[in-house]
Amino acid sequence: MAGQLEGKVAFITGAARGQGRAHAVRLAEEGADIIAIDLCKQIETVGYPMSTPEDLAETVAQVEALDRRIHAVEADVRDRDAMQAAFDAGVAELGDVQIVSANAGIAPLSMNPVPEEWQDVIDVNLTGVYHTVEVVKPSMIAHGKGGAIVLTSSTAGIAGIGGNTPGGLGYTAAKHGVVGLMRSYANQLAEHSIRVNTVHPTGVNTPMVVNDVMQEFLESDPSLSNAMANALPVPMIEAVDISNAIVWLASDAARYVTGVTLPVDAGFLNKR
Amino acid sequence: MAGRVEGKVAFVTGAARGQGRSHALRLAEEGADIIAVDVCGPIPNLQYPHATPEDLEETVRQVEALDRRIVAREADVRDAAAMKAAVDEGVAELGHLDIVVGNAGICIVAPWDEVTEEIWDDTVDTNLKGVWNTVRLTAPHLIAAGGGSIILTSSAAGLKGLPFITPYVASKFGVTGLTKAFAHELAMHNIRVNSLHPTGVATDMGQMGAEYPRMLEANPRLAGMLTNSLPIEVTEPRDQSNAVLFLASDESRYVTAMAMTVDAGNTQY
Repeated sequence: MAGQLEGKVAFITGAARGQGRAHAVRLAEEGADIIAIDLCKQIETVGYPMSTPEDLAETVAQVEALDRRIHAVEADVRDRDAMQAAFDAGVAELGDVQIVSANAGIAPLSMNPVPEEWQDVIDVNLTGVYHTVEVVKPSMIAHGKGGAIVLTSSTAGIAGIGGNTPGGLGYTAAKHGVVGLMRSYANQLAEHSIRVNTVHPTGVNTPMVVNDVMQEFLESDPSLSNAMANALPVPMIEAVDISNAIVWLASDAARYVTGVTLPVDAGFLNKR
Repeated sequence: MAGRVEGKVAFVTGAARGQGRSHALRLAEEGADIIAVDVCGPIPNLQYPHATPEDLEETVRQVEALDRRIVAREADVRDAAAMKAAVDEGVAELGHLDIVVGNAGICIVAPWDEVTEEIWDDTVDTNLKGVWNTVRLTAPHLIAAGGGSIILTSSAAGLKGLPFITPYVASKFGVTGLTKAFAHELAMHNIRVNSLHPTGVATDMGQMGAEYPRMLEANPRLAGMLTNSLPIEVTEPRDQSNAVLFLASDESRYVTAMAMTVDAGNTQY
């Protein structure tokens, strides 16, 4: 049986591990080839260990084990020229991109906040998403086959959670900003049959969330941990739950779905 | 390969034709058995033909052609006793209940000053009370099954005040709210509740769109409200069913209280 994304090429940022790797593997299972981008370096204001070149190599191995092709590049979403070069090289190898997952993000939340967190999280989580779409847009319009762009926001992209630190405020502001980008792009790109939607995960079992620094931060403020309680009886969800939503949004089954903020949040936002 | 809702049982209202039949078939294609209800009879003031017993028989035939089982009953969603009998008999025959699709609805187009009390009552009773009946009579079976997924058909008009259908807009906004409230109360039982918001769909009910030009002539500034941003005029029932299938399946196991628009961008434009 043909996969739901057979013959398509997907451009995924933050693909070395966590949600991004799950998206690459899940989309590949459904028949897509993958262009995978990740920084694979530490950013100084981020308290938990970020991805490594070995992580990205593991994503490559897992996609290739599914008999799909993957073009992986270490690139920074903050660097538009590097992103353009990575994208162009991927297209040259794999063909026209019809699916985009703008997933790369950081969460500089810690007990020892520094002012620089604000700019870093805005640069990665908002400007990085803008760069991702801008880099893809001209060729997606030109190839004329339409496309599906999925931007990863957060429950913090709809509700004012995340705490009072520069990094927490920046995270919430950036994730809200992603919704504004999505709505604008959805209107502007509709005439080209390009759909643009956001996904809004609650806490996901990935290295960005499950680490000592983040756990210490969440436990420091009871109002935060209360704020993190889901309605459905599940404390934390898995990366593949987000991937399944992205597969559906990217597939032709959702060909008339655009401008949607899709919560994969176990009822978290509805409680507020 | 196992279907995406293999072994599940789905209750679908308004299943004789149109979106309801399409939902029943799409779920059956992916392995579900079906309990189908439809009023199969006239409702006053409709500007399009009503569903018939023959339509419901055709749904039965098409589900059975997929080698799935179906229990079909003629029942009015406004009639709680008839609905309860249909649900309970269906569950007794098919074993359990996992998926509920509250799809039955009517739409009568009229400018605000031509809406009669009869049109208001029929629309709100069918589209809102009917959905409330659907949830309250099926939820006990979902709780007994250990969880489930409920999809309630609202509309783009359940998020946006589209003109010339005031009772419909009121009823569909009601469904949007009902979805969010039920999602809260039922989450503890692992039951998810989401609403579906179609733009225009190519069905018999969709024919009521033919009434619009006369009203827009009198109030042309409102025409833009009906525009889809994607370059299409109307969606197919299967586009709506694909969203129902996603929300019904375990692929969306942590998606609840969502307003899922399958509206070609209409509500964002």
